[in-house]
Amino acid sequence: MTDTTGGLGSVLSPVAGGGIPETLLEEAAYEAHRLAATTLPDDVKRAFVGMRDREQEELPKRVLEAIVDNFHAAEDDQRPVCADVGVPRIYAVIGNETAIAGGFVSFERAVRRATGRITSDLALRSNRCHPITRRNPGNNVGVFAPNIEYRVEPDADYIEICAVHKGGAFGTDFRMLVDGDGLPGIRKAVLDAIAEFGRRGLTCPPVVIGVGLGGTKDQSFSIAKQAAQLRPIGDRHPDPDVAALEDELLEMANSLGIGAMGYVGTAGYATDVHVEIAYTHSALTPMGVHQLCQATRRGVVRVHMDGRTETRPTPSWFSDYSRRMGVE
Amino acid sequence: MTTHRLSIPLQEDDVRQLRISDVVYLDGTVHTGRALVYEHVLQGQNQPLLDLANESNVQMHGAPAGVEDAPGEYRLSSIQATASFRYWKYVPDYVERFGIRAIIGKGGMDKWVYEDVFAKTGTVFLTTVGYGIAALYGRAVKRVIDVHWKEELGLPEAMWVLDVENFGPFIVDGDCTGASLAAEHVDSVNKNFAREYAKLPEYVLKRIGEIDHSLANEVIVGKPAGDGD
Repeated sequence: MTDTTGGLGSVLSPVAGGGIPETLLEEAAYEAHRLAATTLPDDVKRAFVGMRDREQEELPKRVLEAIVDNFHAAEDDQRPVCADVGVPRIYAVIGNETAIAGGFVSFERAVRRATGRITSDLALRSNRCHPITRRNPGNNVGVFAPNIEYRVEPDADYIEICAVHKGGAFGTDFRMLVDGDGLPGIRKAVLDAIAEFGRRGLTCPPVVIGVGLGGTKDQSFSIAKQAAQLRPIGDRHPDPDVAALEDELLEMANSLGIGAMGYVGTAGYATDVHVEIAYTHSALTPMGVHQLCQATRRGVVRVHMDGRTETRPTPSWFSDYSRRMGVE
Repeated sequence: MTTHRLSIPLQEDDVRQLRISDVVYLDGTVHTGRALVYEHVLQGQNQPLLDLANESNVQMHGAPAGVEDAPGEYRLSSIQATASFRYWKYVPDYVERFGIRAIIGKGGMDKWVYEDVFAKTGTVFLTTVGYGIAALYGRAVKRVIDVHWKEELGLPEAMWVLDVENFGPFIVDGDCTGASLAAEHVDSVNKNFAREYAKLPEYVLKRIGEIDHSLANEVIVGKPAGDGD
């Protein structure tokens, strides 16, 4: 964790009184976007290097070598890892003790400004356009864009900004399971999603597979995306039943003989499977599957009330509090 | 698995020697195009603003990460390809009309395009590697020569004309014999899927508000009835 503000902290010491200023939030959101676009997280890099070394088939080995060369090139040149920035989005963890000088409107303005600036500075593709007219303002900002999801963390005095960039089209799917489908139904839905998108490499494997189980239909999809995008490779859910399912699904995904780019390979299709659950209707299990491509892009910056800014290796989106169970 | 370095415009002999899984690097002028370019040219009857057959007979299915810093001044950072098989309606006509020798894309085209069209025209499909090594490809773009139809199509979807050097690596997915690398690999892994499916019961209900899938269905649609005979 490094201080990226170069001593701004002391200059901004009065923040404690008035809250975090908008300029500091804008710089933090900008830095989160920059990291997401250009720098793969360390856990992801380690996973690809390991796969490259293990792969025994020539074609996928060649692909993994190129993937490793590419993330070095992106970081060295400060180029986007992937040309498809997707629809850049923000996940924000808000400490319950945090105050913002201009309130939350100021935070949201900071995020929109940072998104427009980074699009121009790094020459990101401007994907965000009107869904009917296709009018494109050219800055990845528009109606509901970038989308910001919030969650609250108790006893914390920071805002943590996580930018996620994920290319479009392939890899996500939904299934409404009924009470009689049980665990085999969950396995089958994951297998369906891999059969649909993993063959021919449409998901850009190696992937992280996020599975969202339960809640409402829309919620199952949201937590599937969060599971894939906001947890580090190797992480296991604290609920042992969920963790066991994660292991089982990872084993299945890697038993199919698919390697990088969908070619026949030995080193595996997925770097990990993350499952998130939400309590759901007693008759149904809505289920989302989100397969996150090898350009696994997230950037995390935390801004504290005393003006300190730190980049972090992984977001703290999931916590004991966010997965709490009881009434209080 | 031979590695080739080829200059654009590609000659027919250059591409007829290529075989699936060969690796290719390119020098010269490449142009981009996705659905809007195809519609603009093929349905809108707009002539390309350069002589594609003689200047740029390689088309890439991609929209670069790039911005226009000043009128006519472009900065491209990264580039790669988008899923190509969804352009099956346009590719055969475009390749024939403009003498295209190579399409650079993602996921390959359905095999019938290679068998029925590319074998005749002397065209290959080059797949981008890893589908997300855009920084490496971006490094190989020396200059944005021009961006055509940016007002009509928007900057990402416009036809970018790029001067590239040692642009690659690309893997030959479809060659002039009609072979398809991706199709071979899909066939190889299907038995593993069948083994896993055999362990699982059918869903209790067919569908409740979601798309139903089976191993028989690929995302690509297959050869349209009555076409290409």
